[in-house]
Amino acid sequence: MVRIVPEIIKESVTNLVKNGERTDGRAFDEYREISLEAGVIEKAEGSARVKIGNTQIIIGAKPQIGTPFGDTPNVGVLMTNTELLPMAAPNFESGPPDENSVELSRVTDRCIREGEVVDLEKLCIVPGEKVWMIFLDLHVVDYDGNLMDAAVLGSVAALKNTKLPEAKIIDGEVVLDYDNLVPLPINDTALMSTFAKIGEELIIDPSLEEEEVMGARLSVGITQDGNICAMQKGGEKTLTQEEVLKAVSIAKIKTAELRTLLP
Amino acid sequence: MIIIITNTNLSTGTETSGRADNRAFDELRKMKIEAGVLERADGSAYLEIGGNKVLAAVYGPRELFVRRLMQPNKAVLRCKYNMAPFSVDDRKRPGPDRRSVEISKIASQALTPAVFLEKFPRSTIDVFIEVIEAEGGTRCAGITAASVALADAGIPMRDMVVACAAGKSDGKVILDLSEVEDKEGQADVPIAIMPRTGEITLLQMDGNLTEEEFGQALDLAINGCKIISEKQKAAIKNRYGDE
Repeated sequence: MVRIVPEIIKESVTNLVKNGERTDGRAFDEYREISLEAGVIEKAEGSARVKIGNTQIIIGAKPQIGTPFGDTPNVGVLMTNTELLPMAAPNFESGPPDENSVELSRVTDRCIREGEVVDLEKLCIVPGEKVWMIFLDLHVVDYDGNLMDAAVLGSVAALKNTKLPEAKIIDGEVVLDYDNLVPLPINDTALMSTFAKIGEELIIDPSLEEEEVMGARLSVGITQDGNICAMQKGGEKTLTQEEVLKAVSIAKIKTAELRTLLP
Repeated sequence: MIIIITNTNLSTGTETSGRADNRAFDELRKMKIEAGVLERADGSAYLEIGGNKVLAAVYGPRELFVRRLMQPNKAVLRCKYNMAPFSVDDRKRPGPDRRSVEISKIASQALTPAVFLEKFPRSTIDVFIEVIEAEGGTRCAGITAASVALADAGIPMRDMVVACAAGKSDGKVILDLSEVEDKEGQADVPIAIMPRTGEITLLQMDGNLTEEEFGQALDLAINGCKIISEKQKAAIKNRYGDE
């Protein structure tokens, strides 16, 4: 469903930004209040609830034993799936994932995969035959802008919280020992910062109102060492090279701040 | 072949209380209800009972885009029940399955009688029930939460529908079956009522009960509903003050 933004709101938000202000009084490089809890779902092997402002996502990680892909027989599998629940916003509808949901899943997956958050090689049980598959399900329950940063932050928290039963091979069979739970092997804590371009300015962590009037969007994933591991541009307008570089340097500082929130 | 080792003792019934979690036969699991937990939704509620965690959200009354569902003289109430993939032990595949489609239908039918739909012709009231964690009795938890969300949305209602299950496990008729009691039990009777009049808006049953046992189960469930109803009211008062 297309949402129509009244011109008057567009103009007032844009004018505010032009004068160095935002509708909620934040600085351009200031996040809304963030809360992050891990282990909120007992039945999930790993879980987290993240809130950035009013945006809220509940994330669960569930492992299953499966066969590895033919081209990577010694590597475990990580699958990220997002549900933009109709509960989360009046214009979200149930049914198969739409392009926004698929984009969110894929960008989150990219940041985590390319940031090597999970040591997937340690998830191999029998090479070529049995590996752990980690299903990361993101349930978006309240949508008030900037899903990307919330999705990655919550996902990393959920993965850090994940414990797997020890898998042994006894007489050629995989035996899962639920009395010995081992934490998921975590290498890194790659996180993401998203910027919206309104007028000629870049603002971090756009609220819904700001997303609705933004020209372009840029999400930047940064690893623990400060390297970039994922990026995604969105929106119909363009970004300049300077803007991209500026966004990256701010993202390095801001993701480091976000990292301190991880349990 | 995958072999699973676990120490969890799945059997119900200890010598002392007759129930695995030491509840009396007519005792509900610990619960809490909170109204107005989501920002965007017109009304919302969060409910925990035992190990169940359920969110409910209401949108509307709003325009109904599906013309074939439109009623010229009243609103339609549409309910969607969905389980999160991580809500159960073995990951549930996302999206609707036959079970959730059925529960969606009976949940909307359970809520419909309480709502003054005739005040909103040609529109829809959408109720979303999201099971975040499941531990037996999610449909009842969902319906109970949905009523609170409807009230939170300011939808005019005759009463707040409340749901609760009774059943039979380990040979005894008991209130509010846990997951283990449901799995190992002999019967499950989920009901929903409008507590002011006692009218039943939902009744299902599966398993095996004698007529007498069914009568006991129904009594237990109705009493359970009345207790939960007070918690619903408290949740609304908690949010809006004691008017």
